[in-house]
Amino acid sequence: MRFFEFLGKYYILMTKVFSKPEKIKIYRKRILFEVEALGFNSIGIAAIISIFMGAVVTLQMSINLESPFIPQVLIGYATREVMIMEFSSTVVALILAGKVGSNIASEIGTMRITEQIDALEIMGVNSAGYLILPKIIATVLFFPFLTILSIGIGCAGGYFVAMFTGIMNPDTYIDGLKMDFKPFSITYSLIKTAVFAAIITSISGFYGYYAKGNSLEVGKASTKAVVVSSITILIFNLIITQLILIG
Amino acid sequence: MIRTENLVKSFNDRIVLNNITTVFEQGKTNLIIGQSGSGKTVLLKSLVGLHPIDSGSIYYDDVCFSDLNFKDLKRIRKDIGMIFQGGALLDSSTVEDNVKLPLDLFTNQTEEEKLERVNFCLNRVELLNANQRYPAEISGGMVKRVAIARAIVLNPKYLFCDEPNSGLDPVTSCVIDNLIKEITQEYQITTIINTHDMNSVMEIGDKIVYIHKGNKWWEGSNDDILRSDNKELNEFVFASAMAKRAKLATL
Ligand SMILES: Nc1ncnc2c1ncn2[C@@H]1O[C@H](COP(=O)(O)OP(=O)(O)OP(=O)(O)O)[C@@H](O)[C@H]1O
Ligand SMILES: [Mg+2]
Repeated sequence: MRFFEFLGKYYILMTKVFSKPEKIKIYRKRILFEVEALGFNSIGIAAIISIFMGAVVTLQMSINLESPFIPQVLIGYATREVMIMEFSSTVVALILAGKVGSNIASEIGTMRITEQIDALEIMGVNSAGYLILPKIIATVLFFPFLTILSIGIGCAGGYFVAMFTGIMNPDTYIDGLKMDFKPFSITYSLIKTAVFAAIITSISGFYGYYAKGNSLEVGKASTKAVVVSSITILIFNLIITQLILIG
Repeated sequence: MIRTENLVKSFNDRIVLNNITTVFEQGKTNLIIGQSGSGKTVLLKSLVGLHPIDSGSIYYDDVCFSDLNFKDLKRIRKDIGMIFQGGALLDSSTVEDNVKLPLDLFTNQTEEEKLERVNFCLNRVELLNANQRYPAEISGGMVKRVAIARAIVLNPKYLFCDEPNSGLDPVTSCVIDNLIKEITQEYQITTIINTHDMNSVMEIGDKIVYIHKGNKWWEGSNDDILRSDNKELNEFVFASAMAKRAKLATL
Protein backbone atom coordinates (compact mmCIF):
# COMPACT_ATOMS: atom_id res chain seq x y z
CA MET A 1 0.00 0.00 0.00
CA ARG A 2 2.70 2.47 1.03
CA PHE A 3 4.52 1.47 -2.13
CA PHE A 4 1.66 2.62 -4.36
CA GLU A 5 1.32 5.85 -2.41
CA PHE A 6 5.03 6.42 -3.00
CA LEU A 7 4.67 5.71 -6.72
CA GLY A 8 1.73 8.10 -7.00
CA LYS A 9 3.48 10.93 -5.20
CA TYR A 10 6.68 10.28 -7.12
CA TYR A 11 4.80 10.40 -10.40
CA ILE A 12 3.07 13.67 -9.49
CA LEU A 13 6.39 15.22 -8.48
CA MET A 14 8.00 14.13 -11.74
CA THR A 15 5.23 15.70 -13.82
CA LYS A 16 6.01 18.93 -11.96
CA VAL A 17 9.74 18.48 -12.45
CA PHE A 18 9.39 17.92 -16.18
CA SER A 19 6.83 20.63 -16.88
CA LYS A 20 7.97 23.50 -19.07
CA PRO A 21 10.53 25.70 -17.29
CA GLU A 22 9.73 29.38 -16.94
CA LYS A 23 13.06 30.58 -18.25
CA ILE A 24 15.55 28.39 -20.04
CA LYS A 25 18.44 30.75 -19.33
CA ILE A 26 18.20 30.33 -15.57
CA TYR A 27 18.06 26.59 -15.91
CA ARG A 28 21.19 26.63 -18.04
CA LYS A 29 23.07 28.43 -15.30
CA ARG A 30 21.78 26.01 -12.67
CA ILE A 31 22.70 22.97 -14.75
CA LEU A 32 26.30 24.19 -15.04
CA PHE A 33 26.34 24.79 -11.31
CA GLU A 34 25.08 21.26 -10.62
CA VAL A 35 27.54 19.69 -13.06
CA GLU A 36 30.24 21.11 -10.88
CA ALA A 37 28.59 20.37 -7.54
CA LEU A 38 27.42 16.84 -8.30
CA GLY A 39 29.70 15.80 -11.17
CA PHE A 40 33.17 17.31 -10.89
CA ASN A 41 33.13 16.87 -7.16
CA SER A 42 32.53 13.14 -7.57
CA ILE A 43 35.53 12.53 -9.82
CA GLY A 44 37.83 11.99 -6.87
CA ILE A 45 35.82 9.29 -5.15
CA ALA A 46 35.04 7.53 -8.44
CA ALA A 47 38.74 7.51 -9.32
CA ILE A 48 39.89 6.19 -5.96
CA ILE A 49 37.48 3.30 -5.73
CA SER A 50 38.07 2.41 -9.39
CA ILE A 51 41.83 2.12 -9.11
CA PHE A 52 41.56 -0.11 -6.04
CA MET A 53 38.79 -2.18 -7.57
CA GLY A 54 40.70 -2.71 -10.83
CA ALA A 55 43.76 -3.67 -8.84
CA VAL A 56 42.00 -6.15 -6.60
CA VAL A 57 40.05 -7.76 -9.45
CA THR A 58 43.29 -8.35 -11.33
CA LEU A 59 44.87 -9.75 -8.20
CA GLN A 60 41.96 -12.08 -7.49
CA MET A 61 41.81 -13.28 -11.07
CA SER A 62 45.48 -14.09 -11.22
CA ILE A 63 45.39 -15.94 -7.90
CA ASN A 64 42.28 -17.93 -8.73
CA LEU A 65 43.04 -18.65 -12.35
CA GLU A 66 46.49 -20.07 -11.70
CA SER A 67 46.22 -23.12 -13.89
CA PRO A 68 48.12 -24.26 -16.94
CA PHE A 69 44.86 -24.66 -18.84
CA ILE A 70 43.80 -21.03 -18.51
CA PRO A 71 45.83 -18.53 -20.51
CA GLN A 72 47.02 -15.53 -18.49
CA VAL A 73 45.70 -13.18 -21.13
CA LEU A 74 42.23 -13.85 -19.75
CA ILE A 75 43.10 -11.92 -16.60
CA GLY A 76 43.27 -8.55 -18.37
CA TYR A 77 40.20 -9.50 -20.34
CA ALA A 78 38.25 -10.37 -17.20
CA THR A 79 39.28 -7.19 -15.42
CA ARG A 80 38.13 -5.11 -18.35
CA GLU A 81 34.80 -6.92 -18.59
CA VAL A 82 34.11 -6.65 -14.88
CA MET A 83 34.82 -2.93 -14.95
CA ILE A 84 32.70 -2.24 -18.02
CA MET A 85 29.78 -4.55 -17.38
CA GLU A 86 29.17 -4.02 -13.69
CA PHE A 87 31.68 -2.14 -11.66
CA SER A 88 31.99 1.21 -13.42
CA SER A 89 28.26 1.53 -13.91
CA THR A 90 26.48 -0.28 -11.07
CA VAL A 91 28.94 -0.19 -8.20
CA VAL A 92 30.03 3.37 -8.94
CA ALA A 93 26.35 4.32 -9.08
CA LEU A 94 25.80 2.73 -5.67
CA ILE A 95 28.67 4.73 -4.22
CA LEU A 96 27.36 7.89 -5.84
CA ALA A 97 23.89 7.14 -4.47
CA GLY A 98 25.52 7.45 -1.06
CA LYS A 99 27.42 10.61 -1.83
CA VAL A 100 25.20 12.53 -4.23
CA GLY A 101 21.89 11.12 -3.00
CA SER A 102 22.36 12.14 0.61
CA ASN A 103 23.68 15.50 -0.52
CA ILE A 104 20.61 16.20 -2.66
CA ALA A 105 18.07 14.95 -0.12
CA SER A 106 19.55 16.95 2.74
CA GLU A 107 19.97 20.09 0.65
CA ILE A 108 16.41 20.07 -0.68
CA GLY A 109 15.04 18.83 2.65
CA THR A 110 16.67 21.73 4.46
CA MET A 111 15.26 24.11 1.89
CA ARG A 112 11.83 22.62 2.58
CA ILE A 113 11.92 23.00 6.36
CA THR A 114 13.43 26.48 6.25
CA GLU A 115 10.60 27.57 3.92
CA GLN A 116 12.94 28.27 1.01
CA ILE A 117 10.73 26.09 -1.18
CA ASP A 118 7.64 28.01 -0.04
CA ALA A 119 9.48 31.22 -0.88
CA LEU A 120 10.11 29.96 -4.41
CA GLU A 121 6.46 28.92 -4.78
CA ILE A 122 5.29 32.35 -3.64
CA MET A 123 7.44 33.94 -6.30
CA GLY A 124 5.54 31.82 -8.80
CA VAL A 125 8.47 29.50 -9.46
CA ASN A 126 7.84 25.83 -10.16
CA SER A 127 10.04 24.86 -7.23
CA ALA A 128 10.20 21.17 -8.07
CA GLY A 129 11.40 21.89 -11.58
CA TYR A 130 13.73 24.65 -10.49
CA LEU A 131 15.44 22.54 -7.84
CA ILE A 132 15.35 19.00 -9.20
CA LEU A 133 15.42 19.21 -12.99
CA PRO A 134 18.89 20.82 -13.25
CA LYS A 135 20.26 18.11 -10.96
CA ILE A 136 18.74 15.32 -13.07
CA ILE A 137 20.03 16.80 -16.31
CA ALA A 138 23.48 17.50 -14.87
CA THR A 139 23.95 13.98 -13.52
CA VAL A 140 22.45 12.17 -16.52
CA LEU A 141 24.88 14.07 -18.75
CA PHE A 142 27.90 13.89 -16.50
CA PHE A 143 27.82 10.50 -14.78
CA PRO A 144 28.55 8.64 -18.06
CA PHE A 145 31.88 10.50 -18.12
CA LEU A 146 32.55 9.20 -14.63
CA THR A 147 31.86 5.69 -15.91
CA ILE A 148 34.33 6.05 -18.78
CA LEU A 149 36.86 7.47 -16.38
CA SER A 150 36.26 4.65 -13.95
CA ILE A 151 36.73 2.00 -16.64
CA GLY A 152 40.02 3.59 -17.68
CA ILE A 153 41.32 3.98 -14.16
CA GLY A 154 40.21 0.49 -13.14
CA CYS A 155 42.08 -1.08 -16.02
CA ALA A 156 45.10 1.02 -15.10
CA GLY A 157 44.83 -0.26 -11.52
CA GLY A 158 45.14 -3.81 -12.83
CA TYR A 159 48.14 -2.84 -14.87
CA PHE A 160 49.90 -1.43 -11.82
CA VAL A 161 49.30 -4.68 -9.97
CA ALA A 162 50.77 -6.64 -12.84
CA MET A 163 53.73 -4.30 -12.99
CA PHE A 164 54.54 -3.97 -9.30
CA THR A 165 53.72 -7.42 -7.94
CA GLY A 166 55.14 -9.41 -10.82
CA ILE A 167 52.18 -11.72 -10.51
CA MET A 168 51.86 -11.63 -14.28
CA ASN A 169 53.45 -10.09 -17.30
CA PRO A 170 52.14 -6.52 -17.86
CA ASP A 171 52.25 -6.97 -21.62
CA THR A 172 50.05 -10.04 -21.40
CA TYR A 173 47.69 -7.97 -19.23
CA ILE A 174 47.51 -5.29 -21.93
CA ASP A 175 46.88 -7.94 -24.57
CA GLY A 176 44.05 -9.18 -22.41
CA LEU A 177 42.58 -5.70 -22.15
CA LYS A 178 42.47 -5.50 -25.94
CA MET A 179 41.14 -9.01 -26.47
CA ASP A 180 37.73 -9.54 -28.05
CA PHE A 181 36.58 -5.99 -27.34
CA LYS A 182 32.93 -5.24 -28.16
CA PRO A 183 32.20 -1.50 -28.28
CA PHE A 184 28.57 -2.26 -27.55
CA SER A 185 29.34 -3.21 -23.99
CA ILE A 186 30.46 0.38 -23.41
CA THR A 187 27.14 1.61 -24.78
CA TYR A 188 25.36 -0.81 -22.46
CA SER A 189 27.36 0.47 -19.52
CA LEU A 190 26.66 4.11 -20.33
CA ILE A 191 22.94 3.51 -20.78
CA LYS A 192 22.88 1.93 -17.34
CA THR A 193 24.76 4.84 -15.81
CA ALA A 194 22.41 7.40 -17.32
CA VAL A 195 19.41 5.53 -15.95
CA PHE A 196 21.04 5.16 -12.53
CA ALA A 197 21.83 8.88 -12.47
CA ALA A 198 18.19 9.71 -13.09
CA ILE A 199 17.18 7.27 -10.35
CA ILE A 200 19.57 8.73 -7.78
CA THR A 201 18.69 12.38 -8.39
CA SER A 202 14.95 11.98 -8.77
CA ILE A 203 14.49 9.70 -5.75
CA SER A 204 16.74 11.81 -3.53
CA GLY A 205 15.01 14.94 -4.77
CA PHE A 206 11.69 13.30 -3.91
CA TYR A 207 12.69 12.52 -0.33
CA GLY A 208 14.12 16.00 0.18
CA TYR A 209 11.16 17.74 -1.40
CA TYR A 210 8.63 16.01 0.83
CA ALA A 211 10.66 16.27 4.03
CA LYS A 212 8.88 17.94 6.88
CA GLY A 213 9.56 18.80 10.47
CA ASN A 214 13.07 19.44 11.68
CA SER A 215 16.68 18.48 11.10
CA LEU A 216 16.02 14.97 12.44
CA GLU A 217 13.50 14.40 9.70
CA VAL A 218 15.90 15.74 7.10
CA GLY A 219 18.47 13.24 8.34
CA LYS A 220 15.95 10.43 8.00
CA ALA A 221 14.93 11.63 4.56
CA SER A 222 18.51 11.55 3.41
CA THR A 223 19.07 8.03 4.75
CA LYS A 224 15.88 6.86 3.03
CA ALA A 225 16.98 8.52 -0.18
CA VAL A 226 20.22 6.54 -0.18
CA VAL A 227 18.59 3.22 0.72
CA VAL A 228 15.73 3.48 -1.74
CA SER A 229 17.87 4.69 -4.62
CA SER A 230 20.41 1.93 -3.99
CA ILE A 231 17.73 -0.77 -4.06
CA THR A 232 16.11 0.77 -7.11
CA ILE A 233 19.48 0.79 -8.87
CA LEU A 234 19.96 -2.91 -8.18
CA ILE A 235 16.48 -3.75 -9.46
CA PHE A 236 16.94 -1.67 -12.59
CA ASN A 237 20.35 -3.23 -13.13
CA LEU A 238 18.63 -6.59 -13.48
CA ILE A 239 15.86 -5.21 -15.68
CA ILE A 240 18.18 -3.33 -18.04
CA THR A 241 20.56 -6.26 -18.32
CA GLN A 242 17.69 -8.56 -19.16
CA LEU A 243 16.33 -6.09 -21.74
CA ILE A 244 19.57 -5.18 -23.47
CA LEU A 245 21.81 -8.21 -23.24
CA ILE A 246 19.28 -11.02 -23.24
CA GLY A 247 15.84 -9.76 -24.20
CA MET B 1 -7.39 45.01 -0.11
CA ILE B 2 -7.69 41.36 0.80
CA ARG B 3 -10.91 39.87 2.10
CA THR B 4 -11.76 36.46 3.48
CA GLU B 5 -15.22 34.98 3.81
CA ASN B 6 -15.94 32.04 6.10
CA LEU B 7 -12.49 30.65 5.57
CA VAL B 8 -12.10 27.15 7.00
CA LYS B 9 -8.90 25.16 7.07
CA SER B 10 -8.28 21.81 8.70
CA PHE B 11 -5.44 19.31 8.86
CA ASN B 12 -6.46 15.65 9.08
CA ASP B 13 -9.96 16.50 10.32
CA ARG B 14 -8.62 18.87 12.97
CA ILE B 15 -9.99 22.34 12.31
CA VAL B 16 -7.22 24.92 12.59
CA LEU B 17 -9.06 27.93 11.17
CA ASN B 18 -12.77 28.25 11.79
CA ASN B 19 -14.96 30.57 9.70
CA ILE B 20 -12.62 33.52 9.42
CA THR B 21 -14.30 36.54 7.82
CA THR B 22 -12.29 39.73 7.76
CA VAL B 23 -10.81 42.49 5.64
CA PHE B 24 -7.19 43.60 5.30
CA GLU B 25 -6.94 47.11 3.96
CA GLN B 26 -4.70 48.65 1.31
CA GLY B 27 -1.95 51.05 2.36
CA LYS B 28 -2.23 49.84 5.93
CA THR B 29 -0.25 47.44 8.07
CA ASN B 30 -2.74 44.76 9.02
CA LEU B 31 -1.66 42.60 11.94
CA ILE B 32 -2.70 39.08 12.77
CA ILE B 33 -2.00 38.42 16.43
CA GLY B 34 -2.57 35.46 18.69
CA GLN B 35 -0.83 32.94 20.86
CA SER B 36 1.61 30.41 19.56
CA GLY B 37 -0.34 27.65 17.84
CA SER B 38 -3.48 29.76 17.37
CA GLY B 39 -3.23 29.43 13.58
CA LYS B 40 -1.54 32.64 12.43
CA THR B 41 0.97 31.02 10.11
CA VAL B 42 -1.67 28.70 8.72
CA LEU B 43 -3.91 31.71 8.03
CA LEU B 44 -1.12 33.59 6.29
CA LYS B 45 -0.15 30.57 4.21
CA SER B 46 -3.77 29.93 3.32
CA LEU B 47 -4.09 33.53 2.17
CA VAL B 48 -1.19 33.15 -0.26
CA GLY B 49 -2.26 29.72 -1.45
CA LEU B 50 0.49 27.66 0.16
CA HIS B 51 -2.22 25.74 2.04
CA PRO B 52 -5.33 24.76 0.09
CA ILE B 53 -8.41 25.81 2.07
CA ASP B 54 -11.38 23.56 2.88
CA SER B 55 -14.13 26.08 2.28
CA GLY B 56 -14.83 29.79 2.15
CA SER B 57 -13.28 32.35 -0.17
CA ILE B 58 -10.36 34.72 -0.38
CA TYR B 59 -10.55 37.90 -2.45
CA TYR B 60 -7.59 39.93 -3.70
CA ASP B 61 -9.33 43.21 -4.50
CA ASP B 62 -12.04 42.03 -6.89
CA VAL B 63 -10.41 38.75 -7.83
CA CYS B 64 -11.54 35.61 -6.08
CA PHE B 65 -8.12 34.16 -5.26
CA SER B 66 -9.41 30.83 -4.05
CA ASP B 67 -11.10 30.14 -7.42
CA LEU B 68 -8.14 31.00 -9.63
CA ASN B 69 -6.80 28.44 -12.06
CA PHE B 70 -3.12 27.64 -12.23
CA LYS B 71 -2.27 30.23 -14.90
CA ASP B 72 -4.06 33.17 -13.27
CA LEU B 73 -2.63 32.16 -9.93
CA LYS B 74 0.80 32.44 -11.44
CA ARG B 75 0.05 35.92 -12.71
CA ILE B 76 -1.17 37.15 -9.33
CA ARG B 77 1.85 35.63 -7.59
CA LYS B 78 3.96 38.34 -9.21
CA ASP B 79 2.00 40.88 -7.20
CA ILE B 80 2.70 39.02 -3.96
CA GLY B 81 5.75 39.50 -1.79
CA MET B 82 6.28 37.40 1.28
CA ILE B 83 8.73 37.57 4.16
CA PHE B 84 9.10 34.25 5.91
CA GLN B 85 9.74 33.71 9.58
CA GLY B 86 13.33 32.60 9.06
CA GLY B 87 13.94 34.79 6.03
CA ALA B 88 13.98 31.78 3.69
CA LEU B 89 16.80 33.16 1.60
CA LEU B 90 18.32 30.66 -0.79
CA ASP B 91 21.43 29.43 0.99
CA SER B 92 23.38 28.77 -2.17
CA SER B 93 22.95 32.28 -3.59
CA THR B 94 24.50 35.57 -2.59
CA VAL B 95 22.44 38.42 -1.16
CA GLU B 96 22.45 40.08 -4.55
CA ASP B 97 21.35 36.95 -6.40
CA ASN B 98 18.62 36.30 -3.87
CA VAL B 99 17.10 39.71 -4.46
CA LYS B 100 17.67 39.46 -8.20
CA LEU B 101 16.00 36.06 -8.63
CA PRO B 102 12.43 37.35 -9.10
CA LEU B 103 13.74 39.78 -11.72
CA ASP B 104 15.61 36.98 -13.49
CA LEU B 105 12.49 34.88 -13.56
CA PHE B 106 9.84 37.37 -14.48
CA THR B 107 11.32 40.32 -16.31
CA ASN B 108 13.24 40.77 -19.51
CA GLN B 109 15.42 43.52 -18.11
CA THR B 110 19.10 43.72 -18.95
CA GLU B 111 21.62 42.74 -16.32
CA GLU B 112 22.37 46.44 -15.58
CA GLU B 113 18.72 47.30 -15.12
CA LYS B 114 18.28 44.36 -12.79
CA LEU B 115 21.33 45.28 -10.72
CA GLU B 116 20.13 48.84 -10.50
CA ARG B 117 16.77 47.68 -9.16
CA VAL B 118 18.46 45.25 -6.75
CA ASN B 119 20.68 47.98 -5.39
CA PHE B 120 17.74 50.35 -5.11
CA CYS B 121 15.86 47.80 -2.97
CA LEU B 122 18.91 46.97 -0.87
CA ASN B 123 19.38 50.69 -0.33
CA ARG B 124 15.75 51.03 0.62
CA VAL B 125 16.25 48.52 3.44
CA GLU B 126 19.55 50.21 4.29
CA LEU B 127 21.68 47.23 3.54
CA LEU B 128 24.92 48.31 1.97
CA ASN B 129 28.09 46.45 1.01
CA ALA B 130 26.63 43.01 1.57
CA ASN B 131 25.82 42.17 -2.07
CA GLN B 132 28.35 39.39 -2.44
CA ARG B 133 27.84 37.77 0.95
CA TYR B 134 25.95 34.54 1.52
CA PRO B 135 22.97 34.25 3.90
CA ALA B 136 25.07 32.24 6.36
CA GLU B 137 27.51 35.14 6.59
CA ILE B 138 25.10 37.90 7.63
CA SER B 139 23.24 38.59 10.87
CA GLY B 140 19.58 37.78 11.56
CA GLY B 141 18.55 41.40 11.19
CA MET B 142 20.32 41.60 7.85
CA VAL B 143 18.63 38.40 6.69
CA LYS B 144 15.27 40.01 7.42
CA ARG B 145 16.29 43.10 5.46
CA VAL B 146 17.33 41.01 2.47
CA ALA B 147 14.04 39.14 2.70
CA ILE B 148 12.19 42.46 2.63
CA ALA B 149 14.25 43.66 -0.32
CA ARG B 150 13.48 40.44 -2.18
CA ALA B 151 9.79 40.72 -1.35
CA ILE B 152 9.50 44.25 -2.75
CA VAL B 153 11.78 43.93 -5.76
CA LEU B 154 8.87 43.31 -8.15
CA ASN B 155 6.75 46.12 -6.66
CA PRO B 156 4.17 43.88 -5.04
CA LYS B 157 0.61 44.95 -4.37
CA TYR B 158 0.34 42.54 -1.48
CA LEU B 159 2.96 41.93 1.16
CA PHE B 160 2.86 39.12 3.70
CA CYS B 161 5.19 38.90 6.67
CA ASP B 162 5.37 35.98 9.07
CA GLU B 163 6.78 37.32 12.34
CA PRO B 164 9.18 39.73 10.67
CA ASN B 165 10.86 40.64 13.95
CA SER B 166 11.02 37.33 15.77
CA GLY B 167 14.50 36.65 17.03
CA LEU B 168 15.57 40.28 16.72
CA ASP B 169 16.54 42.69 19.47
CA PRO B 170 13.99 45.42 20.36
CA VAL B 171 15.81 48.15 18.48
CA THR B 172 16.21 46.16 15.28
CA SER B 173 12.60 44.92 15.61
CA CYS B 174 11.42 48.47 15.73
CA VAL B 175 13.49 49.42 12.70
CA ILE B 176 12.15 46.48 10.69
CA ASP B 177 8.56 47.23 11.75
CA ASN B 178 8.85 50.84 10.73
CA LEU B 179 10.53 49.91 7.48
CA ILE B 180 7.60 47.67 6.58
CA LYS B 181 5.12 50.36 7.55
CA GLU B 182 6.92 52.99 5.49
CA ILE B 183 7.08 50.78 2.45
CA THR B 184 3.41 49.92 2.87
CA GLN B 185 2.38 53.56 2.87
CA GLU B 186 4.87 54.64 0.22
CA TYR B 187 3.71 52.07 -2.35
CA GLN B 188 0.14 51.66 -1.07
CA ILE B 189 0.60 47.94 -0.49
CA THR B 190 -1.87 45.71 1.30
CA THR B 191 0.38 44.40 4.04
CA ILE B 192 -0.48 41.57 6.39
CA ILE B 193 1.85 40.82 9.29
CA ASN B 194 1.80 37.91 11.74
CA THR B 195 3.15 38.77 15.12
CA HIS B 196 2.89 38.14 18.81
CA ASP B 197 4.99 41.13 19.68
CA MET B 198 2.92 43.73 21.56
CA ASN B 199 5.51 46.37 20.68
CA SER B 200 4.69 45.94 17.01
CA VAL B 201 1.00 45.97 17.78
CA MET B 202 1.22 49.35 19.48
CA GLU B 203 3.74 50.77 16.97
CA ILE B 204 2.31 49.82 13.60
CA GLY B 205 -1.08 48.13 14.18
CA ASP B 206 -3.35 50.01 11.79
CA LYS B 207 -5.72 47.09 11.84
CA ILE B 208 -5.47 44.11 14.13
CA VAL B 209 -7.11 40.73 13.88
CA TYR B 210 -6.87 38.65 17.04
CA ILE B 211 -7.00 34.91 16.42
CA HIS B 212 -7.91 32.68 19.34
CA LYS B 213 -7.85 28.91 18.85
CA GLY B 214 -8.52 29.25 15.16
CA ASN B 215 -11.38 31.73 15.51
CA LYS B 216 -11.36 35.41 14.77
CA TRP B 217 -11.92 36.58 18.32
CA TRP B 218 -11.60 40.33 17.97
CA GLU B 219 -10.62 43.00 15.44
CA GLY B 220 -9.89 46.71 15.58
CA SER B 221 -7.07 49.24 15.63
CA ASN B 222 -4.24 49.61 18.14
CA ASP B 223 -6.21 52.35 19.86
CA ASP B 224 -9.25 50.11 20.15
CA ILE B 225 -7.15 47.41 21.74
CA LEU B 226 -6.52 49.64 24.75
CA ARG B 227 -10.25 50.06 25.29
CA SER B 228 -11.39 46.55 24.50
CA ASP B 229 -12.94 44.44 27.23
CA ASN B 230 -12.53 41.14 25.39
CA LYS B 231 -11.32 38.74 28.08
CA GLU B 232 -8.97 36.55 26.01
CA LEU B 233 -7.57 39.54 24.16
CA ASN B 234 -6.86 41.28 27.44
CA GLU B 235 -5.08 38.23 28.79
CA PHE B 236 -2.96 38.24 25.67
CA VAL B 237 -2.26 41.94 25.96
CA PHE B 238 -1.53 41.78 29.67
CA ALA B 239 1.21 39.26 29.09
CA SER B 240 3.25 42.23 27.98
CA ALA B 241 4.02 44.54 30.89
CA MET B 242 4.43 47.54 28.67
CA ALA B 243 1.09 47.01 26.96
CA LYS B 244 -0.55 46.35 30.31
CA ARG B 245 0.61 49.66 31.67
CA ALA B 246 -0.55 51.48 28.56
CA LYS B 247 -3.90 49.81 28.82
CA LEU B 248 -4.40 50.46 32.50
CA ALA B 249 -3.52 54.10 31.92
CA THR B 250 -6.22 54.36 29.25
CA LEU B 251 -8.97 52.79 31.32
N1 LIG C 1 1.30 21.29 7.95
C1 LIG C 1 0.58 21.05 9.06
N2 LIG C 1 0.01 19.86 9.26
C2 LIG C 1 -0.74 19.62 10.35
N3 LIG C 1 -0.98 20.52 11.32
C3 LIG C 1 -0.45 21.75 11.18
C4 LIG C 1 0.36 22.08 10.05
N4 LIG C 1 0.76 23.36 10.16
C5 LIG C 1 0.24 23.80 11.33
N5 LIG C 1 -0.49 22.86 11.94
C6 LIG C 1 -1.22 23.00 13.21
O1 LIG C 1 -2.01 24.15 13.14
C7 LIG C 1 -1.99 24.85 14.37
C8 LIG C 1 -1.66 26.30 14.14
O2 LIG C 1 -0.31 26.40 13.78
P1 LIG C 1 0.38 27.76 13.32
O3 LIG C 1 1.73 27.41 12.81
O4 LIG C 1 -0.52 28.50 12.42
O5 LIG C 1 0.52 28.54 14.69
P2 LIG C 1 1.04 30.03 14.88
O6 LIG C 1 -0.10 30.81 15.38
O7 LIG C 1 1.70 30.51 13.66
O8 LIG C 1 2.08 29.82 16.05
P3 LIG C 1 3.52 30.52 16.26
O9 LIG C 1 3.23 31.83 16.89
O10 LIG C 1 4.18 29.60 17.20
O11 LIG C 1 4.20 30.62 14.95
C9 LIG C 1 -1.02 24.15 15.27
O12 LIG C 1 -1.74 23.41 16.20
C10 LIG C 1 -0.24 23.23 14.36
O13 LIG C 1 0.03 22.03 15.00
MG1 LIG D 1 3.74 30.97 13.10
